[in-house]
Amino acid sequence: MSFKNILEDWARYRRTREDGGFHVYEHKWGMAIDLNKCIGCNACSVACYAENNLAVVGPERFAKNQVMHWMRIERYWDEPQLAQAVPASQYQENGGSFLPMLCQQCMAATCEPVCPVAATYHTPDGLNAQVYNRCVGSRYCSNNCPYRLRYFNWFSYYESSWPAPLHMQLNPDLTVRDKGVMEKCTFCVQRIRRAKDKAKMDNRKLGDFEFQTACQQTCPTTAIVFGDLMDPETQVSKLWAAHQVELGKAEQDKENPDLRGYRVFEALNTDPKIMYMERVREV
Amino acid sequence: MQTKDINEQIKWAQINNDVLRSLENPRMAYWVAVGICVAMIACAVIGVGYVYTTGQGTLDLYWPDMWGTWIGTFIFWIGMSHSGTLLSAILHIVHADWRKPIYRFAEAMTTFSLMTAGLFPIIHLGRMWNLYWVIPYASDRGIWPNFRSPLVWDAFAIFTYLTSSALFLYIGMVPDLAICRDNARGWRKKLYTVLSLGWAGTDRQWRNFRKTYLLMACFLIPLAVSVHSIVSSDFAMSIMPGWHVTTFPPYFVAGALYSGCAAIITLFIILRYFFRFEEYMTIPILEKTCKLTFVIAMAWTYLNAIEFATVWYGPDQVDKELLINKFTGPYSPYFWAMLFFGSVMPFTLAFEKLRRHIPTMFVVSLFLNVGMWLERWMIVSPTLSLSYEPFAWKVVWPSIVQWAVVFGSFGWFGLLFLVFVKVFPSVSMYEVKEMVYHRRRAVVDDNAKALHRRSSDPQPAAEMPGA
Repeated sequence: MSFKNILEDWARYRRTREDGGFHVYEHKWGMAIDLNKCIGCNACSVACYAENNLAVVGPERFAKNQVMHWMRIERYWDEPQLAQAVPASQYQENGGSFLPMLCQQCMAATCEPVCPVAATYHTPDGLNAQVYNRCVGSRYCSNNCPYRLRYFNWFSYYESSWPAPLHMQLNPDLTVRDKGVMEKCTFCVQRIRRAKDKAKMDNRKLGDFEFQTACQQTCPTTAIVFGDLMDPETQVSKLWAAHQVELGKAEQDKENPDLRGYRVFEALNTDPKIMYMERVREV
Repeated sequence: MQTKDINEQIKWAQINNDVLRSLENPRMAYWVAVGICVAMIACAVIGVGYVYTTGQGTLDLYWPDMWGTWIGTFIFWIGMSHSGTLLSAILHIVHADWRKPIYRFAEAMTTFSLMTAGLFPIIHLGRMWNLYWVIPYASDRGIWPNFRSPLVWDAFAIFTYLTSSALFLYIGMVPDLAICRDNARGWRKKLYTVLSLGWAGTDRQWRNFRKTYLLMACFLIPLAVSVHSIVSSDFAMSIMPGWHVTTFPPYFVAGALYSGCAAIITLFIILRYFFRFEEYMTIPILEKTCKLTFVIAMAWTYLNAIEFATVWYGPDQVDKELLINKFTGPYSPYFWAMLFFGSVMPFTLAFEKLRRHIPTMFVVSLFLNVGMWLERWMIVSPTLSLSYEPFAWKVVWPSIVQWAVVFGSFGWFGLLFLVFVKVFPSVSMYEVKEMVYHRRRAVVDDNAKALHRRSSDPQPAAEMPGA
């Protein structure tokens, strides 16, 4: 350990972290989820469990909300104003609304500034990364996430969650997390990495739809569209543009109010990178 | 009815004897108290060991309430630490001499509650063995803590406050340690000889001592205020409804002073009873402390009302929903209990008859602290379990492990305090003498009459009776 190294690193630290995060992005991975297409089948959630080595916690812990579903389908029976109009016994007949919730990969993420050890930070890919090795488990990030999309390893699950031979199906591309570590949706960062590396080896630009996240791949109704929001030619960028939803705004000024695109809790100025397209319903 | 803060005819030797007596010959009750505290600590140690080996899930913490009672208790102990040093320093600067018989144990209370509070952020970490990552140490990898995080500020603030309040306690004790040294034998003699730093009571020593003490007092007032403001920024800096509140720093400081004052009353009564300190910890001083507590309680109530009003008349729907949820939802019994103990109970302090009745004050002061503990829990848990995302709303009762550690923390505090009162003088002998001296000058007006002076005029250098 040399003093010079420390000073140089300090200078680098000061340069890169002055107002937190990166300023020059290579990508801004984002999503568009069409709630008209979502049938609430939970296939995305299952795919996420398989792809990302999520622990299955068992019924008792599930009942205590000690769950690990990075991708969760939120079911709401009806809009409250509609529920008031019809008796409670009937309003389920109108059908539920489904909202697939996964880490919104906010550009101004509230979880990042509060981590005492900087275990969560913004990558040049525009992703909100979680460094498992660095995490000390203060759980402040989860408490400061308005979407409640961060999950904590309350126990060591590797002994109980995958009894043999199930451990053979664990994805070797990423770790199995131990107790005391926070985790959350990574937008399948291992797939992003592999595709980026491949494109770099072939010496070409990464194309749209060259790879998919696990949830997108599994969705039977193709409700989920994933891609780079930096590149205006990707399908996801086109969808965002078509719905007049822009990054970096706490309130979208749409010319056409009938456009269905919205971002969850946009007004909190977290700048999430997932756009949802509202479900159109017959009343 | 006792009306004087202190009997000004009391002899110097009697003060020494009374205080030094409290250091000797622990009675059966003392050992029973030590035993109870050790048993309580054992509960906590078993609990923490279980969490350490099994995982934080045994606390029945859950998504989304990931902090629960431990962090609430952490704020509680930090809060309790505020009255001792802060009040001692403020009252020292404004020359309120009634602080003198009671400040020593109050400062000890500060130090020990900080030592208790500091344990909670450590044990609540998922991987507590990596705690040192929060400290900015130079490493070749160039990895630093995140200085934007209020938790890092917390670590600095609490450590600074612990160091300075322990130093303040110690510096104020040096002349007394010299008295102890002169009267002790055996291991105590050795201990006090080292700790009293060769104090001989010379003019130069007193001059330097006064300067240092005053400086420390001036330094500690802003420090103490900032510490609890920083602790409040753990919440106020976040985005969550019910936490993202601008009035949190003063609210936390008021709450801290409140619970600290209530704890001072409790310990005052215990020490007065067990150590027969009736001559020093007098009813008028208890009354003054009670009045102070009442004022702070009203300030706390006012800040509470402000918070409710700003939420109620404010534009934020989620905040409003949370407030309504606190009043009517699953946490409402505790919320109403908090309001009752915190805002209604202190009105007992407004009546002189009750203030002077020691058993009543003992019970009331305990309940005030129950209320303040509930307040901290009501800050942490409802916001976490009932915030923006309605899908995540869930309330789970904290598990027995959580309660065991919260319970055990009181034992840890109690044990530290019990050791303190038997090793160090819990009443400041030299300052009580000062107080008596000044009271004598103000009250004994025989000399003044003889010289046709008012008692407040400067006195001739005559020998005072009994000095």
